[in-house]
Amino acid sequence: MEYEVIIGLEVHVELHTESKLFCSCPNRFVQEPNINTCPVCLGFPGAMPQMNEEAVEQALKASLALNCEIALTSYFDRKNYFYPDMPKGYQISQYFVPIGSRGSLLIEDDLGSEKQVRIGRVHMEEDAGKLVHSISGEGSMVDYNRAGVPLVEIVTEPNLRSPGESRRYLEQLKSILQYAGVSDCKMEEGSLRCDANISLRPAGTETFGSKTELKNMNSFKAVEKSLEYEIDRQKKILDSGQEVISQTLRWEEDRQETIMMRGKLEAHDYRCFTDPELAPIKLGAEKVEEARAALPEMADAKAARYGRDYGLPPYDAGVLTASRALADYFEACLAIYDNPKVVSNWVMGELTACLNEEGQEIETCAFGPEKMAELLKMIEEQVISGKIAKEVLVKSFRGGKTPRQVVEEEGLLQISDHGELEAVVEKVLAENPDSVEKYRAGATKVIGFLVGQVMKETKGKANPQLVNELLVKKIDG
Amino acid sequence: MAIDFRKDVEHVAKLARLELTKTEKETMAGQLSDILDTARRIQELDTEGIEPTSHVIDFPATMREDEVGASLPLNRVLQNAPKRDNDFFRVPRIAKSGNDGQ
Repeated sequence: MEYEVIIGLEVHVELHTESKLFCSCPNRFVQEPNINTCPVCLGFPGAMPQMNEEAVEQALKASLALNCEIALTSYFDRKNYFYPDMPKGYQISQYFVPIGSRGSLLIEDDLGSEKQVRIGRVHMEEDAGKLVHSISGEGSMVDYNRAGVPLVEIVTEPNLRSPGESRRYLEQLKSILQYAGVSDCKMEEGSLRCDANISLRPAGTETFGSKTELKNMNSFKAVEKSLEYEIDRQKKILDSGQEVISQTLRWEEDRQETIMMRGKLEAHDYRCFTDPELAPIKLGAEKVEEARAALPEMADAKAARYGRDYGLPPYDAGVLTASRALADYFEACLAIYDNPKVVSNWVMGELTACLNEEGQEIETCAFGPEKMAELLKMIEEQVISGKIAKEVLVKSFRGGKTPRQVVEEEGLLQISDHGELEAVVEKVLAENPDSVEKYRAGATKVIGFLVGQVMKETKGKANPQLVNELLVKKIDG
Repeated sequence: MAIDFRKDVEHVAKLARLELTKTEKETMAGQLSDILDTARRIQELDTEGIEPTSHVIDFPATMREDEVGASLPLNRVLQNAPKRDNDFFRVPRIAKSGNDGQ
């Protein structure tokens, strides 16, 4: 039978604050367990939570960037459950009134047309601690460093229709939140986590089938794979005339399959109620409008501007705006060296290759925008050739010296001295009489080969234009 | 008309990890019945056009600056832990396939 796939995603994102949501412990990943904890995040009796203003502002930014309606009054509730990762016995979350609701985000559907994904809610909550399952020892070990870290949970309506759409939604969401500056959204490091709800229904019918919830995917690829696996599993069940059981499944990356975690009978009863220790969050309409106006330019708008203002082809604009860090780097280069297409070529080409090869991130690499600008200026001023510049970039990237230092220390200055080059040109002409004949007979393309020979003799340091001129002059003369 | 609330008491007690005796269950079932009766009476009031009350005192939350302060020294963090494993708290084993909270 043909089925329609219904997918909804729940994404947890760690906010990029200095301190935790309700206490002043650092919001930082550290190896040593339990050193970033205090009476509040450990849930000691009598400890009072105090709201982090920056976390609220970032949640507001995230909600606005996702086109949500903003609740001018929202508050925190207690979601009660017993599990050792939550020392208070409840999680502080926004259950009844989320800060953002009814938002949306645009993606491409599987046929390449624009699709609006509806976002049901964006709410703030605190993260839980981490359980470490000791293999040898008895029991489990708990580290509360992460307990109380501010999160936003972003929940879509069930209007995703395929694993591919789901992946594109996540990519777009990550881009938007990175651009808004509220999270680094690194799924591999746990700062973005995704659960998926999925059900199938016979094509053309209205009622939803029973759904399953998928957990434990640690990359966008894993989300896509686990959904493909689950669609196949549910199809087989439905085709054989059985019913899908509502349950929570865990994606096993090694085995590339889902396994059951818990059934519906163990479903939760969280008994949510408003946290009496936390007063309501009141946002003035003015503050909301200010925050809306202050939202940074998002990837799509930026890409359009790169085309319009810098004359960059759509491909370049798309690559450069794929991450905010890359776009920031590009713009920082332009501020010093205003030649968009040249900067674009070098950022997308040589720099990206270097980053990949060395496994580094653009925001932390030693070859900053000022070094890139310096390098490109040296090419323009014919201090070095483009070929040598590639070498200089790699050396500067690895060693941390400025391009100019590398050029000076290694004697890589371009040879533009007539006398010096003439000698080499004469040598090359003497060694290649055949080419000279061919050129005289009208095969002028052979000049390229001769230029190459001169470049080889000078280890790439000759000024190729000058070499070209000298060759022509010598042969013709 | 009396509704038996013993099942509800048992359910809530289970969620709250409370162990109750038979007498306690009966006492609480009676109390729960009274509490819910009162709630039912309140629900009869006409609240048309009245904003829901989330907090009794309606003032905005006092916000804290996003600044890092001192955490608790590790020996104090683990001082009351019934069991510890190096600098971790130790709790009864949680099966890998079990509930993971959220």
